[in-house]
Amino acid sequence: MTAAGKRIVGITVVAAIVCVAIGLYIGLYLTNVPGSAAATQTSSGKHLYLGTVPAAELTDRHPTWVSYYVVDSNSANWQHVTTFVLPANTVVQVTIYNYDGASALRNNWFGQATGTIGGVISLNGKTMKSIDPDSASHVFSIPQIGLAVPIMGVADDAKNPCGNAPCSLSFDHTTTTFTFRTPGKGLYRWQCFVPCAAGYIAGFGGPMQTVGYMDGFIKVV
Amino acid sequence: MEETRHWRNFVVLWLVASLIMTPIVIFLLGPGLPPGNGSVEASGQVTDNTVLLATATPVALGVLVYLGYVLWAFREREPDAVLDGPAIRGDSSVQFWWLIATTTLVLFLAGYGTVRLLADGSGGGQGPNPIATPSVPAGGKRLVVQVVAQQWQFNYRFPGYGGVETNALELPENSLVQFNVTSLDVIHSFWAYELGVKADANPGVNNVAYVTTKGPLIFHVRCAELCGVWHGYMFNQGRVVTKAQFATWIAQQRVKFAPATSKLPPYSKTYFPDPLRRGG
Repeated sequence: MTAAGKRIVGITVVAAIVCVAIGLYIGLYLTNVPGSAAATQTSSGKHLYLGTVPAAELTDRHPTWVSYYVVDSNSANWQHVTTFVLPANTVVQVTIYNYDGASALRNNWFGQATGTIGGVISLNGKTMKSIDPDSASHVFSIPQIGLAVPIMGVADDAKNPCGNAPCSLSFDHTTTTFTFRTPGKGLYRWQCFVPCAAGYIAGFGGPMQTVGYMDGFIKVV
Repeated sequence: MEETRHWRNFVVLWLVASLIMTPIVIFLLGPGLPPGNGSVEASGQVTDNTVLLATATPVALGVLVYLGYVLWAFREREPDAVLDGPAIRGDSSVQFWWLIATTTLVLFLAGYGTVRLLADGSGGGQGPNPIATPSVPAGGKRLVVQVVAQQWQFNYRFPGYGGVETNALELPENSLVQFNVTSLDVIHSFWAYELGVKADANPGVNNVAYVTTKGPLIFHVRCAELCGVWHGYMFNQGRVVTKAQFATWIAQQRVKFAPATSKLPPYSKTYFPDPLRRGG
């Protein structure tokens, strides 16, 4: 093979490798979507169990970030996903086990439950319409459908607080339950409205600005 | 002589093109320009956009006709001969009239814009001390609505109705509405597209914008300032309804959000939430 031929083959091979690498990069980027979890089917219908912790698992890439998780009815089997798959036009019951302390609301309006069936929530078994804004730890909100549920924080003087996920029910926690009707098929976003990102300006950086911690999607199918 | 003929041809072509296109812009394109006729201010913006486009039409046509004429009149007629053209030289007469024309246009537009802004504010945010206040429509009254922006939702507070705050916005028809726009965290921008209202929402600042509603309408509210990860989802719909429907709606909101209203701070033009317990 002549020198010119070798040069052409070399350039062709390098170009092919570069093209494959670019294709792989784009392909992986487009297919690398966050994981999701579906609501559990119970005798009373669809039920979504969530857990909130002051800090993610120690093995997480951000082990100091506050986060939501999907759990089971006993606050076990923690999955770090914030995309929830729910059936369309269906009444869904949601239970949130919260192991985090209070941060207080930036807008007290979110201290009232809106968009739930009956406009109420059950906090530790007690039905109520609103909580003290200063005791709020998080808000589970789907703004596109007007849903906003305040989550009361664990007391500051809790005897047995949980730090990093996973947290069992033996740790101090609050339990908030509510029901709401899912909208039609589509992708909706949910978020927290409490500035709960410790260590960030105004509490709204880090986990509040990163999908997969204090916000995510509701995939209604 | 040759040069005079070219100028005459160009001016005639430009005048004909302008006389054809400018009425088309004014009477055909103008009525369809954004943001529509959802409010008095929106209609005013349609007029303003039409004036701007109609003013720009002869200017744009001047450039296009000149380009087209030059390409046609000075095209190469003898492809085999490669000849350089005459040397380019300055023309003080052209420069003089170019300056006169462009200066006149710019001053006209500056004057027109100033007059229009001073008339009613054109739906834009005027800061905490507005100087362009539209008049209240006959038989109506001014409705004050506070827009409270927060990552990532707009809420609306009605100081004239017990300070109730809602996550939806309804407005009465044929009414002057004063939006007091503020933010609880970062910079947002309240953009009610069909109403022709756009006002920045800055923390610690009361940015006032006015709109005079017309008939019933569904309008879209969007945040127009990049404000974080969910900026693209910071939107909702509002409605302009009859005065009777508005009275019913606001009464329902006062009942519905009574628990939240009781926990809200007293109505204020700005809010400075207490220091955060955890935020840095």
